[in-house]
Amino acid sequence: MIEISNVSKTFTLHNQGSAVIQVMDGAQLSVAAGECVALTGSSGAGKSTLMRMIYGNYLAASGRILVGDVDVATAEPREIIQLRREVLGYVSQFLRVVPRVATLDVVAEPLLSLGVPAEDAEARARDLLAQLRIPERLWSLSPTTFSGGEQQRVNIARGFAHTYPAMLLDEPTASLDAQNRETVLSLIEEAKSRGAAIIGIFHDEAARDRVCDREINVSDFTPKAAA
Amino acid sequence: MTPLFQVKGLSKNYGTHIGCRDVNFDLYPGEVMGIVGESGSGKSTLLNCMAGHLTPDAGQVMFDTRAEGMKDTLEMSEPERRMLSRTDWAFVHQHARDGLRMNVSAGGNVGERLMAVGARHYGEIRDTAIDWLDRVEIKESRIDDRPSAFSGGMQQRLQIARNLVTGPRLVFMDEPTGGLDVSVQARLLDLLRSLVREMGLSAIIVTHDLAVVRLLADRLMVMKDGHVVESGLTDQVLDDPQHGYTQLLVSSVLQV
Amino acid sequence: MSDYNFAYLDEQTKRMIRRAILKGLAIPGYQVPFASREMPMPYGWGTGGVQVSAATLTPDDQFKVIDQGADDTTNAVSIRKFFERTAGVATTEETTKATVIQTRHRIPEEDLTEDQILVYQVPIPEPLRFLEPSEIETRKMHSLEEYGLMHVKLYEDIARHGAIATAYAYPVKVEGRYVMDPSPIPKFDNPKMEMAAIQLFGAGREQRIYALPPYTKVVSLDFEDFPFEASKADACCDLCGAEDSYLDEVITDDQGGRMFVCSDTDYCRSRREAGHVGALGMAQEDAA
Ligand SMILES: [Zn+2]
Repeated sequence: MIEISNVSKTFTLHNQGSAVIQVMDGAQLSVAAGECVALTGSSGAGKSTLMRMIYGNYLAASGRILVGDVDVATAEPREIIQLRREVLGYVSQFLRVVPRVATLDVVAEPLLSLGVPAEDAEARARDLLAQLRIPERLWSLSPTTFSGGEQQRVNIARGFAHTYPAMLLDEPTASLDAQNRETVLSLIEEAKSRGAAIIGIFHDEAARDRVCDREINVSDFTPKAAA
Repeated sequence: MTPLFQVKGLSKNYGTHIGCRDVNFDLYPGEVMGIVGESGSGKSTLLNCMAGHLTPDAGQVMFDTRAEGMKDTLEMSEPERRMLSRTDWAFVHQHARDGLRMNVSAGGNVGERLMAVGARHYGEIRDTAIDWLDRVEIKESRIDDRPSAFSGGMQQRLQIARNLVTGPRLVFMDEPTGGLDVSVQARLLDLLRSLVREMGLSAIIVTHDLAVVRLLADRLMVMKDGHVVESGLTDQVLDDPQHGYTQLLVSSVLQV
Repeated sequence: MSDYNFAYLDEQTKRMIRRAILKGLAIPGYQVPFASREMPMPYGWGTGGVQVSAATLTPDDQFKVIDQGADDTTNAVSIRKFFERTAGVATTEETTKATVIQTRHRIPEEDLTEDQILVYQVPIPEPLRFLEPSEIETRKMHSLEEYGLMHVKLYEDIARHGAIATAYAYPVKVEGRYVMDPSPIPKFDNPKMEMAAIQLFGAGREQRIYALPPYTKVVSLDFEDFPFEASKADACCDLCGAEDSYLDEVITDDQGGRMFVCSDTDYCRSRREAGHVGALGMAQEDAA
């Protein structure tokens, strides 16, 4: 489902003497449907960078990033937009939403943009928010005012609203209490069992051991010259 | 899928000064594209050339018309172009007073485009106007008030209702949140987002505000000195800018 | 009379005005620009209508002037005198005898015939002016037939008054093409504009002439659910008893006494001469 080959990443700092910093080289990775792969490596090894490249948020300098049949490294913006809408979900560490939008609508939005009827989308959003123990009295408020943990759970609910065939999870269990952590892990297991290909970053080793089938050490892709 | 709108080799000079130079892009149905740059970057010139307010020196502005498919709007007769701009196109001005009739009631402002395309039933026009006022969160009780009695945010929402009432397929927006304070902006952005999604609109938004494009635009074009220096997926351009100018813009070294 | 060229204007000017009139007749409802001349009367006194009449009159014509339906107002009298003096044409107050009728704010009640010409004095010829001040823009709207704005005006009327409150200068569409201001006639007169006579419109200050050939289709703009109504005061003429004529309300004393009389004085007079009597008719006839 996700097929990465020979991916490299450079940053060119045009305003600092055009310094070129190579941060990744020869990245290889393959994730099948129903499989969950953990990215490991020390902080700064490029776990988030690789994940962002898969999502199309960072531009790969070279190589191929196949998600389904779309090569994210070379795809047109609209192809990536469609991919993100239909195929590739992403739960980042931070919630980024339009201020003022109600939590329920934030969670339902991925479904609405797929054309799911508003009632069904809302039902799904309610279900997820309830599972993640967001008090119902908060659903009509904007999550921008919530605590960090609440925001993270809203973010997860939003990320799992649609049953994406491929998912990227960046520290999905961070800052969660035991109950909510358990809910998130079962959401991941559910996704796997319905055939989602998942790539995750987990600081939480126990969580990683429970849901991940394999680990990929991103440090292996650190450019030799820089190492 | 075929593009809804295509710009090819669009150039406009003001004497020896470059307005915009050789701009090319395709816009697909449902896509929202942002154009950012400092003042004088050519983004407004480009917008006005595309919307038919300015005549470019070279290039094509193609639109997928309902009747005849892809057509160069610059080659259209004036009646045809004006008809397009009050049916399938819409233009939201930065200053609501440029896009509203200030001496006509809110209902009349919303109803004008309907009447322009032949609506002749007062009750239906009024019902549609009420529905649209509601969609842009203006109370029905304000329907007979003139826009001069409205706040800036309300005027802008009224302008949006007036523009969208005929179900256009392409909306041009020139700094739609400019001049509004932050909380009013947020409300307007939220409104625009949901309208764009519900109506499947394509939109081209010119702004200097990167926060606005991050929230509204799928794609981004960065302009400098009349040229497009970078374009791509909005979050990619903002989070991993490739061009030196975009890097400056994003790092907020430039006060745009 | 020998001090002036026939009908005051020189032949050159009359030719220019006739060309404008012919163009107006060829494109019914279209406003033709013309080089309006200074006339020996102030604007607002019908200088546009006077120039059109001057270019239309021939020595054999019988000329009638009405102002709000009346032949005897200062304005009507002075224009009639002007042409008696400068053209030496016969004048009349009888609608049926007149060949050229210059009018301000009314159409005679009597049906006009193919042998007659009705000349309107027009203050503001542009029906779109109310909402669109730009002349360039209104010309473009006419040429592109963009008349949505005209209905916005009617919409505003209904929104504010519950009905189309426009009572004068009620806009019409001519032959399905041009939207035209009929001059400030009461909307009661609008249906009469589909008539046998030629109708010419002259705006002196605004330098525009427009025209309706005989039997031109003239439709008053409206909404399906607020159809046009040619309304008038719900009363009969107190002098002649007419139920079908446009009425003026006249205050008769300072105790609040009032009466309705035909605004068309010739129509009222001829009805009374034919023996029709209104509620207060006898007293008036005694006085006469
Ligand atoms: Zn009478």
